[in-house]
Amino acid sequence: MAIEKKPRSKMPEQDPKERARNFKEVAFGYTPAMAQEEASRCMHCKNAPCMQGCPVSVNIPDFLAATASGEFEKAGDIIGKTSSLPAICGRVCPQENQCEKMCLRARVDGAVAIGNVERFVGDYMLAHGGKPQKTARTGKRVAVIGSGPAGLTCAAELSNHGVDVTVFEAFHKAGGVLVYGIPEFRLPKSLVQAEIDKLCGGGVEIKLNTVAGKTLPIEEIAKDYDAVFIGSGAGLPMFMNIPGENLNGVYSANEYLTRVNLMKAYLPNSPTPVQLGKKVTVIGAGNVAMDAARTALRMGAESVKIIYRRGREEMPARAEEIHHAEQEGIEFCLLTNPVSFCGESGWVKSMRCVKMELGEPDKSGRRSPKPVAGSEFDIETDMVIVSLGTRPNPLIKNSFAALQTSEKGTIVVNEETMQTNVDGIYAGGDAVTGAATVILAMGAGRKASKAILEKLGMQS
Amino acid sequence: MNKIIKKTRLAENVTEYVVSAPDVARHAHPGQFIILRVDEDGERVPFTICDYDAIAGTVTILVQEVGYSTIKLSQIPEGGFIADFVGPLGNPTDLSEFKNILLIGGGIGAAVIYPQAKALRAKGMPSDVIVGARTASLLMYEKEFKAAAENLYLITDDGTSGVKGFVTDELKRLAAVNNYDCVFAVGPMPMMRAVCALTAELNIKTVVSMNSIMVDGTGMCGGCRLTCGGKTKYACVDGPEFDGHLIDWDEAINRSKVYREQEKEHRCRLTGEVK
Repeated sequence: MAIEKKPRSKMPEQDPKERARNFKEVAFGYTPAMAQEEASRCMHCKNAPCMQGCPVSVNIPDFLAATASGEFEKAGDIIGKTSSLPAICGRVCPQENQCEKMCLRARVDGAVAIGNVERFVGDYMLAHGGKPQKTARTGKRVAVIGSGPAGLTCAAELSNHGVDVTVFEAFHKAGGVLVYGIPEFRLPKSLVQAEIDKLCGGGVEIKLNTVAGKTLPIEEIAKDYDAVFIGSGAGLPMFMNIPGENLNGVYSANEYLTRVNLMKAYLPNSPTPVQLGKKVTVIGAGNVAMDAARTALRMGAESVKIIYRRGREEMPARAEEIHHAEQEGIEFCLLTNPVSFCGESGWVKSMRCVKMELGEPDKSGRRSPKPVAGSEFDIETDMVIVSLGTRPNPLIKNSFAALQTSEKGTIVVNEETMQTNVDGIYAGGDAVTGAATVILAMGAGRKASKAILEKLGMQS
Repeated sequence: MNKIIKKTRLAENVTEYVVSAPDVARHAHPGQFIILRVDEDGERVPFTICDYDAIAGTVTILVQEVGYSTIKLSQIPEGGFIADFVGPLGNPTDLSEFKNILLIGGGIGAAVIYPQAKALRAKGMPSDVIVGARTASLLMYEKEFKAAAENLYLITDDGTSGVKGFVTDELKRLAAVNNYDCVFAVGPMPMMRAVCALTAELNIKTVVSMNSIMVDGTGMCGGCRLTCGGKTKYACVDGPEFDGHLIDWDEAINRSKVYREQEKEHRCRLTGEVK
């Protein structure tokens, strides 16, 4: 069958020059007409390959069909069957590697912009969707540790089945990485709050300022609840352990982003201080590195460089994030690896780097970089943001000896049920996988909720 | 929201707060700390726990008004509320391997060693305590220490109370006649560094409590990192207590000054606001 060519509707965005200096959201979102138009591009393939690309198997053809005919609330309900936070997923999922990668149109005239339409539907539901219906309570009680994507999803699913859920959050604000990590210009915090408020309206209680394992021992929580889900994320930043790394002006991406996002250091009168670097370097090329680099630009940096030891093809960030960063004027120093930092009066002044070349593919399938002898050179910088990934926080493991963890510190679970080695205690998200994506964490939260419902003798 | 049950002015710019925080009080141990936010927009600031009462559900902290948040906190009346109060964070003090301990508190650090003095008294091995301050009015917890310590030695820079001099002078004198196997020193970083320099010479194991700058207090930001024995450690989850002889003090003191300029600006803004 020949497909009638009809290009993908472009997402309207703020002008790169302008947005590089403000914290407003980069993309404006589709209008209803644009969403309908784009949704109508779906060809409704018989075996829906897009759904196989979705970690939570959203019924994509059906929600697109509903959107195309203008039944936005119906579209929202269809997504809601398998995904709790569409306004968030529509913004931060790597669709180009998931649903949209599988779309048959991808090779013809561009994949259906499933993510953009999902975002539209998610926003529509937040603005117009009815209040969550409080399901009849069953008297069952489940504790969720961590209010990030995994915890929130698990809590929402359980609550929808009449389980009373208490979420324990260490920070003073709920949302986990959605509020401390992902910047305002990519995921507005008011939107995260709206999703959380909706959840709380449905019968989820969030206890802030409660560090599980410290404020309340996990044993104590386990005794008080019928089951426990641990979604404590991977919050421990990795450093390079090279000379000068503890100079003033060298941040972890976690600290920099937390100061700016969660602690609102981007507002002029914020009591939380943050350094305002002029010549900023960001080490790493994942999504968090792009977030940190683009944030530094918005905080007034004159120049921002991404320092990455591999090549362009190997950068782990989403294509869209790299594209946005480039548009905004971020420079990319590829095949470059820092070896030390140089300071003056305790402050970082420059970074010594070495050029790299790519060798044979390593275990991850990416070509492994090797230093080029004698290629050392210096980059002037007054602020460095180290963004090399994170590991699970050992706090939970250290305070709960019975819990089985891997060498990397991740919690070991039965992959079918997400149950840990301790009966009645489940885990999912980055705490189990190590740093991954929002949608995978949500998928894990959903999977665990099903197993918990079964354990409690309830049909999911 | 956590209620300030009792607020007492202890010295010039130093206030003791007894805060309602039942879960924290129930699980706290000497040496641990809390993080608070004064109000909805506040920054997160760590304070070491000075005392706690699991039955009353209260935690006591001592705050010196030095910057934006501490001044703001001092403006909340008794009976008022603190927006956020989280803890207990960090590891409890563990001095169980030592038999004859000397506690040294400098300035507000005296409050931090108080729970340790009390715990050692409760264990039936009360310790010698040196409390030092710039001047008599800044000496804290004198009465409490008298009850908890074996011997209490007061030192002031200007001689207005106790012996005139520095805590290191008294440490030198006491170490000559006592057989201490551990010194636990808490106070401003330069004081802790001076104590460590001396005890290294005297070959006495020394534990210090590092009050580094931090955001979350759970290992997430890495802002509190310091070098101990050549390795990077986090004050929040690996500490706050470390072997003082292994700390890179130049680096730690340098890192403690990272927001000095911004802090000055904040303070001016605040004093402008409350005029």
